[in-house]
Amino acid sequence: MIDLLTVVIILVKLILILGVILTLAAYLVFAERRILGRMQLRLGPNRVGPFGLLQPLADVIKLLTKEDFLPSQADKWLFLLAPGMASITAILAFAVVPFSPPLHLFGREIPMVVCDLNVGVLYFLALSSLAVYGVALGGWASNSKYSLLGGIRGLAQLISYELSMGLSLVPVVLMARSFSLTDIVLAQSPLPFAILNPVAFLIFMISIAAESKRIPFDIPEAENELVAGYHTEYSGMRFGLFFVGEYINVIILSSMTTVFFLGGWSGPLLPPLIWFFLKMLAVSFFFIWMRGTLPRLRYDQLMHFGWKFLIPLSLLNVIATGAVLLAIR
Amino acid sequence: MSTVLFYILGFTALAATLMCITRRNPVHAVIYLVNAFFALALLFYLLGAPLVAAWEVIIYAGAIMVLFLFIIMMLELAPMHTPAGPGWKRWGPVAALSLILLCCTILMVAVDTGSSQSVPFFYVSPRVFGTVLFKKYPLAVQVVSFQLLFAAVGAYYVGRSERLADREDKS
Repeated sequence: MIDLLTVVIILVKLILILGVILTLAAYLVFAERRILGRMQLRLGPNRVGPFGLLQPLADVIKLLTKEDFLPSQADKWLFLLAPGMASITAILAFAVVPFSPPLHLFGREIPMVVCDLNVGVLYFLALSSLAVYGVALGGWASNSKYSLLGGIRGLAQLISYELSMGLSLVPVVLMARSFSLTDIVLAQSPLPFAILNPVAFLIFMISIAAESKRIPFDIPEAENELVAGYHTEYSGMRFGLFFVGEYINVIILSSMTTVFFLGGWSGPLLPPLIWFFLKMLAVSFFFIWMRGTLPRLRYDQLMHFGWKFLIPLSLLNVIATGAVLLAIR
Repeated sequence: MSTVLFYILGFTALAATLMCITRRNPVHAVIYLVNAFFALALLFYLLGAPLVAAWEVIIYAGAIMVLFLFIIMMLELAPMHTPAGPGWKRWGPVAALSLILLCCTILMVAVDTGSSQSVPFFYVSPRVFGTVLFKKYPLAVQVVSFQLLFAAVGAYYVGRSERLADREDKS
């Protein structure tokens, strides 16, 4: 059995991560509204608190006090559970993210990762494939045409782009020779994988943009055809969970980009933890930037691009990387 | 300890599968089947094969069941009548099964680290698994992948020939 101190350390890590992630997600919403405002030549929310910094708090209070509406003929329990499924799978993925090298405190070595699984990459892929259920069941259980269409579109999109995302990670595992995320970060000590294998990096970035269901891939919730897609019928904090879940998803996908391709915590001068957060926030900013710049794709364009371009390209990349690694061994 | 966990998990998997084949509502059946797959994944983990456990979740729970759900959502089914009776009869079983699985997971995490006698008899790391699979059984892997390729080509052919027949009818 484990001793008590280890349990306490793990619990403290869990609470810290949960607190930081939820705060970060709330402020990512705020940052996105402000940055999008700037990009569209308007101000964005700036009334609540200094520079509008208390806006997330005001939004949470508003969402919590709104009526929790249940459509008639909806599948009650699935309808109530679906928002949770959407956000829990995103939060759980943080268990394998290594934020910095192990700390040494009071003669103990404290790893800065909750659980360094030897199948960490697969754990991340498993959770991202389970995230589909929140979208699909939420859309189905609402018993509404718009929600169902949004759910079906979400399902098709997530399955298609998961393939290219998984295949773009194969070169990373090949180069690092390990499934553990800590080993992957350590393998990038001279040069990050984004420079060593730019094709995989590009495929991964496009796939995660589709995984996060944001513009230009926000077809499951296309406002001008589906009202709000799979969360049309949701109100109050249940809608809030879907909404925050999307931003937690952006944070976890940015962290994974940092770990897989940008060298994780490594960087000169600043402490490792700061470097990790800087890189993660830079990728998150890229997501927001993309939303402010690009138009939405059409559904058939999205499917053709995924199946006829990205997946063949990522397969070729796997073969090429394998051949090069075999040649230089 | 691991023997007790093994029987609890086996029973959970069986119970979830039984619930799956007796449901009238196909979406609820899918959820019970996903539950069963989670129990199976935990069983694999208990037997010392974390890689197979991860694949169980990625491929079965994450991909195949999602495709099932996709098909069910595309079908136009007659609206279900919610059966009479208290609400817990509908969500009770799935909640109980999930709770058992959660407890088993926590127990497994608590038992697995630290002591040596509770560690499984053999433990297969991903590297060892890959070496054995591709060095000892390369022929089987090739045969299975060719079969999958045949299935994909076959499915494509069936879908394509119907569309061609439609076009000929019109012309």
